[in-house]
Parts: sequence; C-alpha cells; structure tokens
Amino acid sequence: MPAGAPLEDELEVPERRQSPLRMTVVRLFRHQLFLSGLVLFGLIAVVGVLAPLLTDINPNKLGMRTRFQAPDAAFLFGTDNFGRSLWSRTVWGAQLSMMIGLSVVLLNAVFGTLIGALAGYFPRLDNVLMRVNDALMAFPAILLAIAITAVLGPSIVNAILALAIVYIPRTARIVRASVIVLREMEYVQAAIAAGAGHWRILRRHILPNAMAPLIVQLSFLFAYAVLSEATLSFLGLGAVPPTPTWGNIMAEGRQYMVEAPWIITIPGIALMITVMGLNLLGDGLRDVLDPRLRIQQ
Amino acid sequence: MSLLEVRGLTTAFRTERGEINAVEDITFDIDEGEILGIVGESGSGKSVTALTIMGLLPQPPARVAAGSVRFRGETLTGMSEPRLERIRGSGISMVFQEPMTSLNPVFTIGEQIMETVRAHEKATPRELRDRAVEMLDKVGIPSAAKRLGDYPHQLSGGQRQRVMLAIALACRPKLLIADEPTTALDVTIQAQVLDLLMDLRDEFGMAVMIITHNMGVIAETADRVLVMYAGRIVEQAPVVRLFERPEHPYTRGLLECVPTLEQDTERLAAIPGSLPEPGRRPPGCRFAPRCRWRIDACRTGLPPLVEQEPGHASACIRAAEIAAQIGAA
Repeated sequence: MPAGAPLEDELEVPERRQSPLRMTVVRLFRHQLFLSGLVLFGLIAVVGVLAPLLTDINPNKLGMRTRFQAPDAAFLFGTDNFGRSLWSRTVWGAQLSMMIGLSVVLLNAVFGTLIGALAGYFPRLDNVLMRVNDALMAFPAILLAIAITAVLGPSIVNAILALAIVYIPRTARIVRASVIVLREMEYVQAAIAAGAGHWRILRRHILPNAMAPLIVQLSFLFAYAVLSEATLSFLGLGAVPPTPTWGNIMAEGRQYMVEAPWIITIPGIALMITVMGLNLLGDGLRDVLDPRLRIQQ
Repeated sequence: MSLLEVRGLTTAFRTERGEINAVEDITFDIDEGEILGIVGESGSGKSVTALTIMGLLPQPPARVAAGSVRFRGETLTGMSEPRLERIRGSGISMVFQEPMTSLNPVFTIGEQIMETVRAHEKATPRELRDRAVEMLDKVGIPSAAKRLGDYPHQLSGGQRQRVMLAIALACRPKLLIADEPTTALDVTIQAQVLDLLMDLRDEFGMAVMIITHNMGVIAETADRVLVMYAGRIVEQAPVVRLFERPEHPYTRGLLECVPTLEQDTERLAAIPGSLPEPGRRPPGCRFAPRCRWRIDACRTGLPPLVEQEPGHASACIRAAEIAAQIGAA
C-alpha cells in the first residue's frame, strides 16, 4: 500500500454545504430557554389541536346536578356554576386561543410587513404611513381594542380584527426599522447597480434579511394576542358566552372565586403557561437569530 | 462616438448650507475596451462621478445640475428609472469597494449570480446554472460547480471580490465601473484581482473605469488617467505620459507620495494640508493653498483644463513651466 494514500484521505476537504436554516434549527434546539418555551407552548398547542379527541363532553352541556364539582376523577378540572365540564371548556378554549393568536400573527405578518416595508423603502410613503401608525400607537393597546370591538360588536372575528389593528402598527415599525438599515447596505447598492428593480430589491434583498427581528416580534405578539383576547372576553367584548374561551370562563368564575376557586384558576394557569411558553420561545429565538442582542450571563 | 461620453457633468447636493457641487464640469470619454483610471484623494469626487453615471445617487438630495452622460449614444442623465434598470447590469456594471458587505448574506453565491442574469434575460434554470458555473470559473473560483451553493460568509475577501466580478460580468456589460475594487483586500490578493480584471477585459472586450487612490493600481492597469481634485478634473493623460511628464502640481504630489525602489529616500514626500470641504473651497485654483508652485495669479479664477499636447490636458496656469522642469531633471 502506498504510504501517501491514507494521508490523502485525511486531507479530504469536508463538504461545507450547511444551510443557514439548518444551522439555526440546530442552535435553537441546543438553547434551553427555547426548548422549555417550546415544551410549554407545544403542550397547549397540541391540546388545542387534539381537542375533539381529548374530550367527548360538549363544553356547553349543562348539568344541574353536577354544579360546582371540585376536580375529581369524574370531572378532571371540576365543573362550573352551570355544571359544565371545565376540562372540556378549557381544552376547547385552548383551541380558540391558538386560532385567535395565529390569526392575529398572520394578519400582522402580512400587513405589518407590507406597511413597514413600504414605509421604510419609499421615503415618500414613510411620512403618511408612519403618522397613521403613530396615531394608532398613541392609544393604549387594550383601550383601542376595546373601542374597536365596542363599535364592531362582540365576536371572535371582531376580536381578531381589533387585535390585528392594534398590533399591526407595532409590527410595521419593527419591519420599517430593519428596512431602513438594510436599504443602505452595500449589497442593495450592488443589486441596484446590477439592474434590479424596486420590487426585486425588496423581495430578494431586503425582506429576507429583515425576517429575524420580525419572527422574534411575532412570537411575542402571539402571547400578547392570546392575553389580550382573554382580556376582551373577560370584559365581555370577545366571543359571546357561552363560547368556551379562557376569558369567558374566568369572567364567569370570578363571582365564585371563594366558593369554587378552580373555575377561575384553571383557565388562568392555562393562560399563564401559554404566555410564558411563548415568551421563553421568543427569548430563545432572539438569542439565536440575533446574537448581538444576547444578554451575557 | 465613444462608448461613454461625459460632458460638463456637474452633480450638486442639497445641504443645510445650500446647494454644493460635489463634482463640477467633468468631461471625458471612454472608448470600447479601454481602461480609464480615475485617481484622487478621498472626497475628490471620484465615486460621485461613478454613481452619477450609474444613476445610483438618491435624488434628492443629489441632482445633476448640468451636463450629460451618454452611453452608446443614449443619454443616461434624466432617463426614466425602468430604462436605467435595463442598462444597469447588462450595459454598465459596477463593482464596489467592500467585498465583505457587497453580497447578500442570506443567499448562496450561485443564486446571486443567477438572480442578476434573471433580471435581464429569459433563461431556463439549467441555462442559469450553467452561466453561474461559467462565470465563477472565469473569475478563478476553483471547482466552481461545487461552490455554487456556498454562502458569502464561507468565502474569503478576495474570493468575494471575485464573486462580485462574476455577478457584475454575468450579463456581459460593455462597461465595468470598479470603485476601489482592491482597497479592502490584502496586498497579495490585490495584484491577483487586478490581473483578473485585465484578463476579463481582454476576454469580454469591455471597457473598464477603475477608481482608486492608489497610483500603483493606475500604473499597472490603466490606459488613460484622470486626476481629480476637489470635484474637478485637474489632469488627463495617457498613463505613461502622466507618470513621465505630470503637468499639474497635484499629480506631481501624488506621484511623489509613491515609494520607489531606485530612490533611497528616508521619508516619503507628502502633500501638506488636506482637501478643502466642498462648501469652503478657495477662490481661484482649488489646489492653490497646498501648492508649492502657487503665484498670486492662482487665486483669481479657476484655471481651465487646457490641452497642452494632444491627449494630455491639465488645469494649471504654470503647467508648461512645471512640465519643462521635469523634462530638464
């Protein structure tokens, strides 16, 4: 065997074809905060998706003989003042919360990105769009949402619309800030010099690079949306009772807080798990996607 | 008709102190296949000239206040943006100074080359890929087909500048503008990139406008040279002529800043002082405050760019005297 052969094998240059997406996923799964957030949020999301399999009791089925049952074997989470199964109501509530959160996030991803990109890229549009934005942001978030649902009337769709309107200006601002920075990057200049038009520049060179802060923002937004929707329901401005949203359950349980504390506590804990999970998830995403912002431990 | 004809070009910027001319009355031609060097200190208007030709300056605050740029007979100044987009990349291309930030970090280099071709030509994915491989090969990236999927962060500075060249040349432009293409690179890599630039000129038959503040780069590459100072052309000559018989004191100063092997000097000559700010340019010759040849007459009126001999023009009232002195020495 020639002496040089094994050495050459060792010198083989390794393939360096590692896509950034794959590297990001690997780093995310090594991040403990992200993982714990994913587990908490994943738990609620899976429960929401599997709701029809997890309970065969109609969440609105009344039971006069089973009112105010404390959690036990028959009723895992107990029953409320109408004898409805809280397990069933909380599980279906998870599904509604996920749907509402996801809808608000998607609306934000589309319209927030559109408005932010236009404002950031075209200085002529910036002033008009951002002043409207500022006007909307001048209201405290929940107050504006209450005002909008008060006008539109209480329903799930209206709550989603109201929350989208409230949060889109915030998302737009974040996208705009990234776009303004990216617009001045040399590779954008180089792309213009190579004959790329505005649309191509935005789509290929600016928006893909603006995704990291947007994704982080959207994960926090999911948490705000779930929390705000619960607030609206609690105030009677979200889904109409008896729709089993967590806010509705808590609103009804509030009167029996002393006699039947589980009614308000159980959806409250579910809400807390969701929000905390999403916040940890968002922190993890921020650490991995934008390492410069990481807080040194 | 030359490939590029710049006539009396004046680009002004709106500032708090009123409109200021970044470059003034720039007139020059570039012929097909020619390499034109533009030298001058930082702030002398080299890049503004290039960006005005490309139509890349944001308007406002920038404005072409006078003059015109014609490319293959078409007037670029005042041309609509969609028409300019068609010329950029396929007619005139540009390579920037900073290879580390001139590539989009989220796409592979192959995609970025194909993207440029796609903007100008209809091609099948197969053809696009072949073109990308061909271009990477031409600019000397080894095993080009394998490197198509590399991201910019996997490449060194010199390799990135090669990729920039591949992108700029992918659509076979007639004119390449290279704005300080080697400034950010190691000295050893600089020579390689310049050699590559000249090889590509020979292969594609394109003209090159190379902007630099490095006289060595000019000497190695250019056929003809423009020397710019404070927004104006002060001297214009074929490269050999410029190095042998510089007429403008500023050109002489620049040449004296270059160390030579023959002369055993301890210190290099420097031009005293610094470039005047665009808003506070002196009356008369702009170089006068820093010029050791200045006389009282220099302060009255801008010296015009006068052709002393065919192809060699300079903007100094004592040009003949200075040239004669060099000839004697």
